[in-house]
Amino acid sequence: MSDRIEAVEEIRPPVTKVGVIGWLRENLFNNWFNSILTILTLWFLWWTVPPLIKWAFIDSHWFSEPAVCRDGHGACWSVVSRNIRFILFGFFPEDQQWRPALTMILLVGLSFWSRDRKRWKKSLAFTWLAGIVVMGWLMHGGLGLPVVETGKWSGLPLTLLLSFFGMVFAYPLGVLLALGRRSKLAAIKSMCVVYIELIRGVPLISLLFMSSVMFPLFLPEGVTIDKVLRAQVAIILFTAAYIAEVVRGGLQAIPKGQYEAADSLGLNYGKTMRLIILPQALKIVIPPTVGILISAFKDTSLVVIIALYDVLKTTKVTISNPEWMGFSTEAYLFLAVLYFICCYAMSSTSRRLEKELHTGR
Amino acid sequence: MNEQTLDTRPAEAPIIVIEQMHKWYGDFHVLKDINLQVQPKERIVVCGPSGSGKSTMIRCINRLEEHQRGRIIVDGIELTNDIKNIEKVRAEVGMVFQHFNLFPHLTILENLTLGPIWVRKTPKAEAEEMAMMYLEKVKIAEQAKKYPGQLSGGQQQRVAIARSLCMKPKIMLFDEPTSALDPEMVKEVLDVMVELAEEGMTMLVVTHEMGFAKMVADRVMFMDEGQIVEQNTPDEFFDNPQNDRTKLFLSQIL
Ligand SMILES: Nc1ncnc2c1ncn2[C@@H]1O[C@H](COP(=O)(O)OP(=O)(O)O)[C@@H](O)[C@H]1O
Ligand SMILES: [Mg+2]
Repeated sequence: MSDRIEAVEEIRPPVTKVGVIGWLRENLFNNWFNSILTILTLWFLWWTVPPLIKWAFIDSHWFSEPAVCRDGHGACWSVVSRNIRFILFGFFPEDQQWRPALTMILLVGLSFWSRDRKRWKKSLAFTWLAGIVVMGWLMHGGLGLPVVETGKWSGLPLTLLLSFFGMVFAYPLGVLLALGRRSKLAAIKSMCVVYIELIRGVPLISLLFMSSVMFPLFLPEGVTIDKVLRAQVAIILFTAAYIAEVVRGGLQAIPKGQYEAADSLGLNYGKTMRLIILPQALKIVIPPTVGILISAFKDTSLVVIIALYDVLKTTKVTISNPEWMGFSTEAYLFLAVLYFICCYAMSSTSRRLEKELHTGR
Repeated sequence: MNEQTLDTRPAEAPIIVIEQMHKWYGDFHVLKDINLQVQPKERIVVCGPSGSGKSTMIRCINRLEEHQRGRIIVDGIELTNDIKNIEKVRAEVGMVFQHFNLFPHLTILENLTLGPIWVRKTPKAEAEEMAMMYLEKVKIAEQAKKYPGQLSGGQQQRVAIARSLCMKPKIMLFDEPTSALDPEMVKEVLDVMVELAEEGMTMLVVTHEMGFAKMVADRVMFMDEGQIVEQNTPDEFFDNPQNDRTKLFLSQIL
């Protein structure tokens, strides 16, 4: 009897994929069709990758004059390196550009610091509050620093700030709209429905136009509201409507039993939502929410139509300079990498968060 | 506060009073003229065919469902649209569901302390101490740090019972607490309920576990088509049923 049990325990799971060869066989050459695909792919890579590497890294110029670039065959990264200050900071006064630089470091640093869920305490909220005040002071000036009007804010800091505050305000607003849309009070419900459907029915561009052209018409003469602020508000209002619909989907996925259990403990509506329903609903919708946040991040580039210079626009301005004309590929590649890093950081954070919040069901 | 109002009433006063209560779902008359008085410490088992309105009736007692005619008075508080009164009643009435309804995003311990901390305003340390005591009682203390999804059905249901007990309720309602469980887990849950009954908890239990009814019930009640058709002591109810529908039902399930 005991012999048998020992024998059973010694059996290990069968090893199906042995070594590199085994893996190749299993995955790339397991039948004639896959084998042909594999060979074609390899040929294609051999045909494209080496020239690309040669262009980007071997024949390329990194810090040269534009004239030197024009004589060579490789990539002209000089278009980026020689104009990096304008691409990143736009019209921010040159001698003050350490300020937006510091602001970005602070913003990115605080965001990464906050990735760890163990740090999600009250003190973190105060840290952020202090950080935001410092960032505002750095960007705008005053208290010993020369004032820089928001009209001069441009480049990457503008992109990052518009998206960051867009997300930070749009998310709670979206959640409130989603709750409102499910409210039993008809007035609140219909207001939320109208808001969400109206906003989703128009493109962001038209909202930005309205904020810059139409909105001032309604203001009394002499009163102006900052252009960046108006763009910011438009982005927030727009993103919130999309978040609201995603969150509503999450709310609908929560079984009725959760509400009943909360009710039967005597929890009121607010506590039920805050402690029971929203934590579960928001967790379910992390992937689509991050999708919206990422597209909101990319959509900030639309502020160019109301004459704000985000990082896409500063890049365009750079390559329209006759001196640097013809090197748009390099400049756009740089920009793509910049955008990719930001978007990838967001999606990896969300995946990590999802994993941490998974409690098994 | 409620303790005081209770003290001023005579000892024999019923803790639940339902008078001529009716309920409709749209045009469908689910509950018809329900009259029921429950004394403190009384244990009542409710049985009846599926769809007869058992769940609806006990869910009216903590206002998970709203009644449309008649009166329901729980622990001296009449259930009306006054949300504050409803929340007061709910804090005094524990409920155990067929599908447990634990909060899957919270640990077992957090499931138990949630009510005391946020409704009763118990300090966290005290709430946790009490929660551990009840977890001991339902013999599951070693699982305190796990999440509901990691427990078996029987364990989850015992946690659900402990969660209700942490609110120190005066009344416990059970809606088919064992019918979603695998047969081998039914006993562990019934054992906890028997223990609770022996300690003098006022209990209303919808169940088809007739062994349980015979062992602990003071009164067994049979419902059919939205009415309380018959009620009696367990001995009389099982040995000498009066109504034909009761007889038919008993012959089917025993
Ligand atoms: N929310 C509801 N809307 C409409 N009808 C319902 C609803 N809930 C229950 N019912 C109906 O009310 C009757 C009683 O249901 P229920 O109280 O759950 O019965 P039981 O618990 O005795 O099986 C059933 O016919 C059921 O279909
Ligand atoms: Mg039922």
